[in-house]
Amino acid sequence: MAPTGSRRPGHSRRAQYGTFLNYSLAVAGAAAGGALLLVVASDATAFSGLRGAATDLAAPAGEVGAGARAESQGLLLTLGAYFTKGSRVAQLEREVAQARVRLVEAEALHEENRELRALLKLSQSDPKPIASARLIGSSASSTRRYATLGVGSLQGVAPGMPVVSPLGLVGRVLEVGRSSARVLLITDSQSIIPVRRASDGTVALAVGHPDGTVQLKLQSLGVNPLRAGDAFVTSGSGGLFRPGIPFAVVARPTRDGAIARPLSDPAATDFVIVEPQWDEAGLDSTLPAPAGGQ
Amino acid sequence: MPLPLPLPKPIREIGRKRINRAPSPLLAVAVPWLVVMAGSLSPMWPVIASAPILPPIGFLMLVAWEQLRPGILPVWAGLPLGLFDDLYSGQPLGSAILLWSIAVILLDFVETRFPWRGFALNWLFASAVITAYLFLAQALAQPGGVGVPLAILPQLGISLLLYPLIARLVALFDRFRLMPVREA
Repeated sequence: MAPTGSRRPGHSRRAQYGTFLNYSLAVAGAAAGGALLLVVASDATAFSGLRGAATDLAAPAGEVGAGARAESQGLLLTLGAYFTKGSRVAQLEREVAQARVRLVEAEALHEENRELRALLKLSQSDPKPIASARLIGSSASSTRRYATLGVGSLQGVAPGMPVVSPLGLVGRVLEVGRSSARVLLITDSQSIIPVRRASDGTVALAVGHPDGTVQLKLQSLGVNPLRAGDAFVTSGSGGLFRPGIPFAVVARPTRDGAIARPLSDPAATDFVIVEPQWDEAGLDSTLPAPAGGQ
Repeated sequence: MPLPLPLPKPIREIGRKRINRAPSPLLAVAVPWLVVMAGSLSPMWPVIASAPILPPIGFLMLVAWEQLRPGILPVWAGLPLGLFDDLYSGQPLGSAILLWSIAVILLDFVETRFPWRGFALNWLFASAVITAYLFLAQALAQPGGVGVPLAILPQLGISLLLYPLIARLVALFDRFRLMPVREA
């Protein structure tokens, strides 16, 4: 295109001042952005109200999209399933037979667990869910991993509450608007979650990776006992998350831990459940306070 | 044969009278802003990603408008549009304000310095701007700079390949913007 020459508007003083003002505003805008970044770096919760209001406004559109996403994925899965039907049915039947046995075993364990708890006079407190909602959006173009949830403070959601799907832990609520909330996903690099190996209770810290995996950092040094395929659940230490929420499966061990793949794929889940914070869920009222605090 | 129902007058007259028609000034001014803002709303699209894969649609549209119609967005447009993008993108507030402002100033400079550009040169300049934007945004999003820059490489590839398509889309909106709808 031919040069527009908008920078040199001629002899008109007014036009020249206008151009100058435009460029001054542009540089001031960049400076304002830098200043805001500094404010946010010192206080991460600054402007959360503004973001909450903005997300509230866009949430209805997101709800429509979330329904469409669930439907289209269901359709694709159905179509794909036709091609592998025979072998998959045989495999699934085998697995169902095994699972039935496991289910009976689990019921027995559950019963035994209940009796032992009764002996210890621990109350069986499965937390009552606060709300269930759809994930209506995610920061898919940023390296931070947030998702937007279709419920907010009107439904009783508060910051810090765990968000779980039927497959496992999704994240925790970070900021709350009136009818929407931002969820810090477990794959965000700022998300640190105490977990333990389901089989023997080896404790580790799970830190999110921007590429959709989590890094498990073992608490005790020594020979790395992790193997690919080990399942991890939340350990419940530190409050926030109740123990035993399915979390991730080790993909490959590293020198001081492992890279693990989260069990809950936020993209594949339709509805998620917001649970109350674990320390509020009544554990501390049934257990004696830890001795030797202060 | 007449239609059973009379169509509304504006629809009947599409393509009939183009003389004595002028574009609506409201559309002509508002469409670039609205298109970029709609692109910024892409985090509300039904994609729940566990890794950064979606290109920064709003930013791509901003670059495309700047290249197609230099000066149609004022040079300070990075401030309001960046603020809107920050509200939805998940980046720390201020990152898009800063980077978009710099990008608009930079594209304005390129426009005055290299006014005659073809498709390839436009794509090259846009690629440089987008690459710098993605890496800087990643650095700003990870406090302390402990990010994994490699994690954005797929996103970068998708963004660069998608840019010509976005530019075509913006050109389509530009035609819509200048559609003669109003009686002059």
